[in-house]
Amino acid sequence: MKLYYITNNTSSAVAISDIPVVEYVDLYNDLKERMKDVRYHVGHYFATEIENGLKFYLILLDDMSGEVYITSFVPDYYTQGLASLTAVHQQFHPFEREIHELYGVPFDNHPWLKPLRFPFDRRNRESTMDSYPFYTIEGEELHEVNVGPIHAGIIEPGAFRFICDGEQVLHLEIALGYQHRGVESEMVRNQNRLRQTLIAESVAGDTAVGHATAYAELLEKLTTVDIGDDLRLERLVAIELERIAMHLADTGALGTDIAFQLYQVVCEALRTVTINTSQAWCGNRFGKSLIRPFGSNHPLTEEKVALIRKNIADVRRRYNELRTDILESHTLLARFEQCGLVPKEEMERIGGVGQAARASGVVRDIRTTHPSGYYAVGISHMPVIKGDGDVMSRLATRLDEVLQSADYIEKVLSTYKPSGNIPAPNYEPALQGEALSFSLIEGWRGEICHVALTDKEGNIAKYKIKDPSVHNWLGLAIAVRSEGISDFPINNKSFNLSYCGHDL
Amino acid sequence: MFFGKAKILRSHGWQYIPDLDAVTLTEEFRGFPLLTDSKDKSDIERAAKICPTSAITTAPFTLDMGKCLFCGECQKCAPNNIKFTNEHRLAATRREDLVVKAGQTAPKFDTSVIRPEIAKYFGKALQLREVSAGGDCSVEMELNATGNVNFDFGRYGVGFTASPRHADGLVLTGPISANMAEALDICYNSIAEPKILVVAGSEAVSGGLYADSPAVDRKFLDKYHVDLWLPGAPTHPLCFIDGITRLRAKQKK
Repeated sequence: MKLYYITNNTSSAVAISDIPVVEYVDLYNDLKERMKDVRYHVGHYFATEIENGLKFYLILLDDMSGEVYITSFVPDYYTQGLASLTAVHQQFHPFEREIHELYGVPFDNHPWLKPLRFPFDRRNRESTMDSYPFYTIEGEELHEVNVGPIHAGIIEPGAFRFICDGEQVLHLEIALGYQHRGVESEMVRNQNRLRQTLIAESVAGDTAVGHATAYAELLEKLTTVDIGDDLRLERLVAIELERIAMHLADTGALGTDIAFQLYQVVCEALRTVTINTSQAWCGNRFGKSLIRPFGSNHPLTEEKVALIRKNIADVRRRYNELRTDILESHTLLARFEQCGLVPKEEMERIGGVGQAARASGVVRDIRTTHPSGYYAVGISHMPVIKGDGDVMSRLATRLDEVLQSADYIEKVLSTYKPSGNIPAPNYEPALQGEALSFSLIEGWRGEICHVALTDKEGNIAKYKIKDPSVHNWLGLAIAVRSEGISDFPINNKSFNLSYCGHDL
Repeated sequence: MFFGKAKILRSHGWQYIPDLDAVTLTEEFRGFPLLTDSKDKSDIERAAKICPTSAITTAPFTLDMGKCLFCGECQKCAPNNIKFTNEHRLAATRREDLVVKAGQTAPKFDTSVIRPEIAKYFGKALQLREVSAGGDCSVEMELNATGNVNFDFGRYGVGFTASPRHADGLVLTGPISANMAEALDICYNSIAEPKILVVAGSEAVSGGLYADSPAVDRKFLDKYHVDLWLPGAPTHPLCFIDGITRLRAKQKK
């Protein structure tokens, strides 16, 4: 029997009737073996309510072939629990935890079946933020450090509990959910596509372009419209601008944490230039309003192309001076190297994605493995891979990716002639009914996956969002093990994960 | 190593903006909206219908900046009725002043409701504690930017502090997620009197896209007096700087 429907990231949406409905036990046995090969990782795994129960959907990514495997099952979980996939492949842990938290589905032998984000529609109302079951270790020599939910800086809330032996961290557990706004249910409150676009932009404000592009591509796959290469190219410029801006912010934040002021202020200034370039393009420093389905309200003009090229060339030159100096500053290297190690095997085990995974030597970059948009037609992307998995590697991926993104922008814009043919956005397209549409985008933090299910009339009935942070928070917890607790800030900044993107 | 740093410094040059009040933002920036009413309401009705946060009313014709996410789509629907200007000084001391009426030419900032002790105690130095309660991180990053090398709000004695015990006020961002409501309340009550409360970003002012979400609990704002309302998605650093500066200025008698 066929277990999966196989498609890819550029094909149109899949009719739900084409997705096999399999027996869980068959799927479990297949995944148990298949996932031993690191070429596969989970794109999304969720359950949705149907008449008399739940239907589960799994989207599996094959990083070697670029194929995407989709399957579904309708288990009888009332009479018998589901064998936990997390028990054999730990990258399933956030997905199974979410399903358990929302619907009470029991997963047998799940090693860590704790609440994920305390959503308003959780099954167990007794479970609250204050009753999060933190892991504890008994011992006279040990103490616990509780941080949060409100942190020392202007950042989002989350609770961190360290178990320390003196200065050394034995264990860190991160409890999230404070930022839960009900994003996925607001997405289907009504069918106002502009509202849905704006919700996508607000999933994580620092990844507004990434998430809005994911929403736009998902919607476009539910129609037969071809948006054209000009619009694809402009979206590439937008998302690479966002990548540069956020990598600059993180480079600067790492400088702040080691009191390297020159390095901090230079990044602040360069980030200002970059986001002001976005503002000059679309009126918003975070690129909100730039990405719209089927068209754009801010098509590039020749003046804007010239401005972007000039500013990005300047940012690239000045950042490169800083980059050279960073790589020669031995006090900085002494602090960052061999700190916060996440070895490649660990990263693969937890299903890490994005620049943090690449810093550990895992080749995971949607622009290469599952390219869509202009990456599929105009850019042959080579991911920046570092191997050490320490803070320095996570910084070094940023150092190189900023230059790479600047080069891509220059490459595509140097020959680009704005045609004036980019249409206005369309918020009332007829969508394919009874279909599953998904999109995969490499945001600056990593892999963004949006999934929608449509009903008979072509309305979006279910919307699921995965921010890369969902995979990577566990990576941060692993990184600080056995490090001094004072090294937590630089580890945290080196990942810079999203709280709101996780809590949704 | 030394020459590397010298080179960086030379490229860096001077970055600070000498006069923060003199800045005019790019024409593309969407700030204060100018509204023009018309007999034919069809364009306004279309704009009101597509507005994702229902910020526009048709009769009378108004636009609530506290709900507005400045996406600019209404201007595309009703170009003769709505025109966003690049005016970034959007702060208001009363929530209702954020509702822009047809024909209004500038944002309304009513100094008569500012408590006199604000200028007295915080006129020279003001330390704020920021709490994000469901914020999407964009307003938070803009607040961070107010202290950066370009804006350098610290030169006027305004900064952000880690402990609420050291703070003179609280800046709230985000629509107030229910899971964060208690922590926010505790933090506010940990700040000693006298203190100010600033609400930054349209999502905090009105709940924005999440105003009707069951995961949001906005009772906090019913309980406490807000001194400054700052719209925007996100609030521009200069909007924050301008609002705070006017809030703590000595009022002319």
